[in-house]
Parts: sequence; structure tokens; C-alpha cells
Amino acid sequence: MPLLETTHHRHGDAPYVPDQSRAERLTSFEPADFGSPTGREEEWRFTPVDRLRALFRDEPTGLCLDWDQHLPEGVTVSGVPVEQWRQAGLPQPGDRAAAVAAARSGGVGVIDIRAGAELAEPVRITLSGAEGQLVHGHLWLRVGANARATVVLDHTGLADYSEVLTVSVGDGAALSLVTLQRWDDASTHLAQHDVVVGRDASARHIAVTLGGGVVRLNTNATYAGPGGSFEALGVYFADEGQHLEHRSFVDHSAPRCSSDVLYKGALQGDGAHTVWVGDVLIRAAAEGTKTYELNRNLLLSEGARADSVPNLEIETGQIEGAGHASASGRFDDEQLFYLMARGIPHDQARRLVVRGFFADVVGRIGVPDVEAEVMAAVEAELARSEAAGGVEAAQ
Amino acid sequence: MATLEIRDLHVSVDTESGTKEILRGVDLTVRAGETHAVMGPNGSGKSTLAYAIAGHPKYTVTQGSLTLDGEDLLTMSVDERARAGLFLAMQYPVEVPGVTVSSFLRTAKAAVDGEPPKLRTWVKEVREAMDRLRMDPAFAERNVNEGFSGGEKKRHEILQMELLRPKLAVLDETDSGLDVDALRVVSEGVNRVVSAGQTGVLLITHYTRILRYIQPQFVHVFVDGRFVEHGGPELADRLEAEGYDRFLAPTASA
Repeated sequence: MPLLETTHHRHGDAPYVPDQSRAERLTSFEPADFGSPTGREEEWRFTPVDRLRALFRDEPTGLCLDWDQHLPEGVTVSGVPVEQWRQAGLPQPGDRAAAVAAARSGGVGVIDIRAGAELAEPVRITLSGAEGQLVHGHLWLRVGANARATVVLDHTGLADYSEVLTVSVGDGAALSLVTLQRWDDASTHLAQHDVVVGRDASARHIAVTLGGGVVRLNTNATYAGPGGSFEALGVYFADEGQHLEHRSFVDHSAPRCSSDVLYKGALQGDGAHTVWVGDVLIRAAAEGTKTYELNRNLLLSEGARADSVPNLEIETGQIEGAGHASASGRFDDEQLFYLMARGIPHDQARRLVVRGFFADVVGRIGVPDVEAEVMAAVEAELARSEAAGGVEAAQ
Repeated sequence: MATLEIRDLHVSVDTESGTKEILRGVDLTVRAGETHAVMGPNGSGKSTLAYAIAGHPKYTVTQGSLTLDGEDLLTMSVDERARAGLFLAMQYPVEVPGVTVSSFLRTAKAAVDGEPPKLRTWVKEVREAMDRLRMDPAFAERNVNEGFSGGEKKRHEILQMELLRPKLAVLDETDSGLDVDALRVVSEGVNRVVSAGQTGVLLITHYTRILRYIQPQFVHVFVDGRFVEHGGPELADRLEAEGYDRFLAPTASA
């Protein structure tokens, strides 16, 4: 794939003093501690904040999404007051939308996976909006020590949704969390996901974002003890007018932990915009850390824009390895020519190339149903653009 | 019998400094069972001829005709030409990440034949063809051209030619970058296809080395966008001894 420029550190027009370190960014339970974003702040500079005003307003709506659950043996769902979540020593909201969501949701929905449980099948929770309602969501997924579980959160329909999800992964546990964003195109979704990885635990956060007008998903990982591993995977496909943004922040504060971040996205159509910002901080205490992050974007048409910014801060030399890579490239006409010169028609060749682009990241999801669904959804996105005649056939 | 006819073909390409004519009136007829070597110095337009025949969008045909069994190739898209029986073995085969060789071969075969190959016979056919080209079976599960050595890429091109059974195959500098062993294996593959009698081969090359393994009935010298001499195998011998100098413009020796 030919490499195009990768955008780094595009500054806004207002004078702005950046933090010295990612660690200094404000977190707070109080919405009032955060101003309403203007779009000039470092963490909002890529985001169309004007389309999100309603989600910054600090008032309850009393509305919720439709909740549909499938819970295997060993899983329970309950609710706790927000105060109990606040007292639990968990990560705090990192921006105004998250602080509002946590303060105004009216209670925390808790999904508990019993310690030692080995789930036979995934937990599936489908959250759907119907009338474009403004909803504050607050979830807490607690995975007991040494449990093994896969959890799939599926977001569909029409809503303006702001969400805080805290994931506590017990010592020695193994969790795969899949969050699917399959909203209608008029929906907006802001999310802060905090994953706290227990001692010797392994946590995987998999974001698949295909639908929604504006989706911005912040995924943060911290380690409660040594020996933990965190893997963040992302698949996104932005069409005309869609803004899909993924930010990850892996905060290495404990020794001998690993993190691996891989996000891949495709874009097509005028105004399709994707953003990936991958922050990794290795603190002085985090000796023996191993980390890697990678973002790739495939631009399928003119008029689309992919921003990709990896940031790596290292405060100790005693690490096993740290690296990052980022590349955005145009759909390769030579690949297309090669496949067509073997008799494969244009649209089929294009599907092959895009499917191939996503193959490695989708193959790592590890939940066969979800892998098949994601591939089918990607094909559907391509079929839509073909039907719309959005792609010129090479002659 | 399959016949490719090229008549007075003129081809140009858009460059930063304007439109440039690269092929300036090419005439050639290739029939099934024949091997034609097209030889010429670097920059003479040999590869342009190959890509123009295959229909690469970078090249514009401004004059002349190109037919396969009387069918007009110039009105066909790249994939339609391939399905009509044309094959181009590329000098620089392209990587297609995430697409395995086996999936690619099956997709191409289904496209060219108009129906998917029968699974059982197809698997056997692929395995035998790979075996003849001394390719490791594990190769089938690798991604197309990704991380392939130069020799592996060229074997993979010839493998496709053997499996797709084209009427007319254009081999663009298939010999470049090959060691002697790979050159022999690849040449054997080409000879098998020609001797089956259903395929005509247009072998584009800079060097005479491959002609020790593949005997062309016809040798054509290509200079500055057109043929300047036609002959039999003896022409290749003469080129090996004398080089291209006598065909080049006098200014080159001034």
C-alpha cells in the first residue's frame, strides 16, 4: 500500500498549552470541573463538537435504551447506586460527556461474572434506541477472579447516547469484551470505557464501529497488579458524512504487563472521517513492559479523511519493548488491476482487497459469530457503495 | 485456433510533461502453440506493449486494433479480456494482503470459467501443478505475493497460467531476477503450456538467457516503440553476440 502522510499534531488556531504528559489530563466525577468542549482542546480537536452539544448538557433525561440480554450460567445483572461505584476506587470520567453520563444516569447497571466461572457461550446485551432519545448510560462489568468470559455489547437503532463503562477484571481472569456500534446513521455516541486489568489477568477490548453519525469511543486501560495483559482491537468503516473516532490510552503503572493495540479502518465517500489516537504511557514503576500499537487506514475514495496519531511516553529504560506504527493509504489500483487481469470482475476484486485488509484484525476477535457478522457487515458496506455507483470501474 | 492480432497499434501515456507516445505502430500475429520472443533494450516500450494488451488503465490506445479470435479486445475491460482468454504474467506481481493463494486461485478460476471449479478435482489439480513447479504445499495458505521471494513470485505467475489455461499468454520479463534453478523450473512450465497446443505465448525479455530453456519459433526485435526486425531463433543468437547496438539511433554511438 502506498503510504500517505500521517497527520500529527495539527494545532488549532487558539493558543493552547498542552499537558506535559498524558498522565496530567484531568479526571473528575464532577461535570462542572470540565468546560463544555469548543473543539480547540487537544482531546477534542478532531471531533465535530457542535453535533454533540446535547451530550454535554448537565441534566438528566430519565430515558434509557431498550435492553435485551442473553446471560449464560454464572452471570447476573443488577443495579447499584452511583455512589457505590464512586467509592470503589475506579478510574474517573475523563471529559465532560463522561462525567455527565456517570452523574446523570440514575444508577449503574452491573454485570457480574462469578469468580472461577468459565462461560460456555458469550454474554450478549443488545442496547437499542428507537426515537432518537438522549440517554446517559452507566455500566459496570465485574469479572470475578480466574473467570473466563466473552461479553458482546451491541448498540443499534436511533439515539444520542453517552456512556461510561467500567470493566473490572479480577486477578487471573480472562475477558474478551466486544462492543459493536451498529447505530442508524443519525445516531451519536460518546463513550468512555475503562478496563482495569487484575494481576496476571488478560483483558481484550474489541471495538467494531460501522454505524452512527458521530461515534467517539475512548478506551482506557490500567493495571491493578503485575503480569496483566491488555489487547485492544478495532474495526471501523466510515461512509459519507460519518465521523468515527477511537482513542485508546494504556497506562502502564505496574511491572511486567503487556499491551497490544491494533485498529484498522476503511473509509469511503465525501466527508467520511475517522480518527485514531493511541496513547501509551509507561511509568517509571512499569519495568518489563511490552507494548505495541498499530493503526492502518484504507481510503477507498476521494473526499475521505483519516487522522492517525500514536503517542508513546516512556519513563523507564527497563522495558522489554515498545513500538508503534501508523499508515493510511489509498485503495491500490495496482492490486485491482492484478486481480482483474485474472478475470475477477471489478466489484468482486474490490471486495477481496477490502476483506483481505481486515482479515488479520477480524481473525483476532476470537468470537466466531462476531467475526462472521463483522465480515458480513463490511461486505454490506461495500455492496451499498457499489449499488450507489459510488465507485468508478477501472476501464 | 486461437489467434491474437495486433495491427498498427499506437499507445500513449500521460506524463507530467504531457502526453507521450510509446508504441508507434505495432503489428504482430500470435497463434496457439507458437512462442514469440519480443526482445529489446530497456525503455523500448516492451512492457507497455504487455500492459496495453492486458488493458491497464494507465495506457491509452490512440490508433490501431487488437483482437483475439476476431473479438475486439480494445472495447473490453481488464477482467473481460482475461475471461476472453488473455493472461499477463507480470514483471512485478502485486501483493494482496489477507487473500490466500488458494482462495485467489479458486476465485480466478471461477471467474475465467464462468463457474466454480469442482472442489475435489480442483484441489488435486492445484497440488499437482504446484508440485511440478516445485512449490511447497504450504504456499497455498500464504497471502498472495506477500513476502514472496522473486523466484516464488514468478513461479506463482506461471502456476496461474497453467491453471487458468489462457488462449494467449504475455510473459513480461518473467526471467528477470531468477536464479538458474528457478529459471529452469519456470521455463519448463511455459513449455508445458505451449506444447499442449492451446496457448500462444508472447515472451517479453531483455536477455537471451531464458531462450536456452524456451525455444521460440519467432524472434522480434523491439526498439523505440515498434518492431525493427523479425526472424527465427538465429536472430536471438545474433543478439546475444552483438547486443542491441546496431538497432539504436546513430546518436547513441556518436
